[in-house]
Amino acid sequence: MNTQVMTKVADPEELAALQTRLQEEGVGGGSRIGVCATGCRAMGAQALAQEFRDQLAVQGLDDDVSVVETGCHGQCARAPLVLVEPQGYLYGKLKAGDVADVIEKTIRNGEPVERLCEKVDGVAVPAMADIPFYKAQRKEVFRDCGKVDPKHIEDAIVRGTYQAVAKALTEMTPEEVISEVTDSGLRGRGGAGFPAGVKWNICRNVAGDEKFLVCNADEGDPGAFMDRALLEGVPHQVLEGMIIAAYAIGASRAFVYVRAEYPIAVEHATMAIEQARALGLLGQDILGSGFDLDIEVRMGAGAFICGEETALIASLEGQRGMPRPRPPYPAQAGYLGKPTTINNVETLSNVGSIILGGEGSYSAIGTEGSKGTKVFALAGKVVNTGLVEVPMGATLREIVFDVGGGVQGGLPFKAAQMGGPSGGCLPSEYLDLPLDYDSVKQTGAIMGSGGLIVMDEETCMVDIARFFTEFVKDESCGKCSPCRIGTRHMFDILQRITDGEGQAGDIDRLVELGEFVKEGSLCGLGQTAANPTLSTIRYFRDEYEAHINDGACPARACKQLIKVWIDPNKCVGCRVCLDVCPTEAIAGGKKLIHVIDQDLCTQCAECYEVCPPKLDAIVKLTGKEASDFESLPAPVLYTEWRQKVGAAAGQPGEAEGQ
Amino acid sequence: MPTQSLQTEDLAPADEILERFGSVKSDDLIPLLQQVQEAYGYLPPNILEHLSSCTGIPSSRMYGVITFYAQFSLVPRGRHTIRSCSGTACHVRGAKSIRERLSTDLGIPEGETTEDRRFSLETVACIGTCFLAPVMMVNEQYFGLLTADKAAAVLEDFE
Repeated sequence: MNTQVMTKVADPEELAALQTRLQEEGVGGGSRIGVCATGCRAMGAQALAQEFRDQLAVQGLDDDVSVVETGCHGQCARAPLVLVEPQGYLYGKLKAGDVADVIEKTIRNGEPVERLCEKVDGVAVPAMADIPFYKAQRKEVFRDCGKVDPKHIEDAIVRGTYQAVAKALTEMTPEEVISEVTDSGLRGRGGAGFPAGVKWNICRNVAGDEKFLVCNADEGDPGAFMDRALLEGVPHQVLEGMIIAAYAIGASRAFVYVRAEYPIAVEHATMAIEQARALGLLGQDILGSGFDLDIEVRMGAGAFICGEETALIASLEGQRGMPRPRPPYPAQAGYLGKPTTINNVETLSNVGSIILGGEGSYSAIGTEGSKGTKVFALAGKVVNTGLVEVPMGATLREIVFDVGGGVQGGLPFKAAQMGGPSGGCLPSEYLDLPLDYDSVKQTGAIMGSGGLIVMDEETCMVDIARFFTEFVKDESCGKCSPCRIGTRHMFDILQRITDGEGQAGDIDRLVELGEFVKEGSLCGLGQTAANPTLSTIRYFRDEYEAHINDGACPARACKQLIKVWIDPNKCVGCRVCLDVCPTEAIAGGKKLIHVIDQDLCTQCAECYEVCPPKLDAIVKLTGKEASDFESLPAPVLYTEWRQKVGAAAGQPGEAEGQ
Repeated sequence: MPTQSLQTEDLAPADEILERFGSVKSDDLIPLLQQVQEAYGYLPPNILEHLSSCTGIPSSRMYGVITFYAQFSLVPRGRHTIRSCSGTACHVRGAKSIRERLSTDLGIPEGETTEDRRFSLETVACIGTCFLAPVMMVNEQYFGLLTADKAAAVLEDFE
């Protein structure tokens, strides 16, 4: 299974023969322990994989069972995740101490280890296919992610990756490829939703001695991580799409432009390219078709704006990443002034199955105007954070509740933020809206790259607007004054509102400025920079008004507008909050009711987070209640205090000495 | 900091990188700077001058590019780089209190380096690990589901 000893495949027959040979050798099959070593790396997945290897070796099972470091399994909330095959059991939150049990019970006896399984109504659901999170999804783009070893091209080939390359390059003309993709209805997954086939056709038809393809993996939207997962988990599927796209437009050089903040994606993409080159799937005369292509990885250098096409090109050319007016479009004059097509990672990852399956099977999924599936990065206050893939047209309710398992802690759903800093929020009245490019746009949000952040009642919508505006203010390249200066002013206003210093007329000022920034900016960043503010004003104007008029943050999130208070009628002096307070603002002792010194308190609310739910003694106060409350002057024995105020809970105003 | 950035660095690592590139074209500038920064930990002024004279790319253009992109630093960095994520998911799950805690514990604001050069503290807009929010990276290592206490404890493992 060493790529070095594999010889180049000269034509489609040799590729098919290689696939058959690998299948016969059992590559990618048999007894496998698939440890997600990409996203789950943050939860110690690599050490876990090593523990599996060590214990299997000790038990003499290392020849029969392979430990594979895979890409993302999707249900990231249970990280680190391990998929045991052929049983198909998905285990979560594993520790080194669980390894022995998995080997003994599952590997040796085929039985699940129940404590590591997903629980539904208290019952363990071992098989991945039966877990509600997966049942409610439709995995097309992510079908192999988590199953293959991204560092071995054999794993990809045995599953049929690159078959679409063979078909496109040797059985189809570039025009046929383009019309297949156009007819499939595939739209760009990077945000704008431009039809991919149409984009290719424009580039194909522009005269030019040299053309370029760029895979845009500059996934800068805070809250989106599907492109990262695809490059890390199934890099060959991305390369497959790139080869076909390059063939369609007539490019002989291509780039993967990936963020430097994604080191694993950089590593896996680089490795995949080397392996594909070694097998002859990149380079001269690919599969005997006469088509040449080489791909190079370029790392972004930390500028969100470089996700914008013309800025990305400037960056590739070694310039400051500033957008320029279009036309000319990159398809006409892009990298080095030559025709260039830029496609997003997820878009390219769809291409292989469109070519193999034919447009009919692809366009059967989705809605009238948006075909195929969409991957959403589900994060924020939702139970099942992770990557989910659903057909276009799935509703927000299906995504957040059926797949996502609902809001954490059972709190009410408030809104979902879609499309990152270019997007907006979808409040609860849109829970049953079928999501596709066109329907989302009508709400004032955008599909964007598919970041979907769930928010509950503890999320302040003014603060969210402030957060995104701060981001675009920092990331504005500065070329257009409305964007550079306008976002700055918007941020200042939002900042003062969340600081409790909002002024009458601020909301109108924000709307006016927002419209101005939208109208007066050259590129997508500026044109959409006001969306988060405008959309939160549209749906949550009352929250803005509460901040400005009543000095209250209804979500109790804005620190300047809250006070943290310990209810003397609930506190039992357990010291938990006292120990976490970073400023030592909490006085008290064992069994003494704790009291917060408001002069020392920074409203970090760490005490609020740790107060045992059964006591629920710490309260965030805002508005009028934050100025009217009274605390005990000093800690007293809680038993004495309770006697004083009687068994029934009294009001804080009854406190001794007040 | 300015005194440190005036120090003259050895040219050899830069020459090695230049040799690997062969002839440096204008569009190689960013990868070139990335590799040089990787080698020195930052972009030393004397090295930039050297790069400019070897490649013919004016140093004014280099500085233009360097100051545009967040990745580049003209001053020496700490031995370990903390990247505290301030993305949306981390934000709604309390990333701010983690940043404030790190800043307090290290005694430096975001974007700076401790006096002993042990840590540089950066915030990053998103590291694509939203499912484990709030998260941070120390060098290439990820740490998820943090609290301010956990984040502070993580740093103890980096000398």
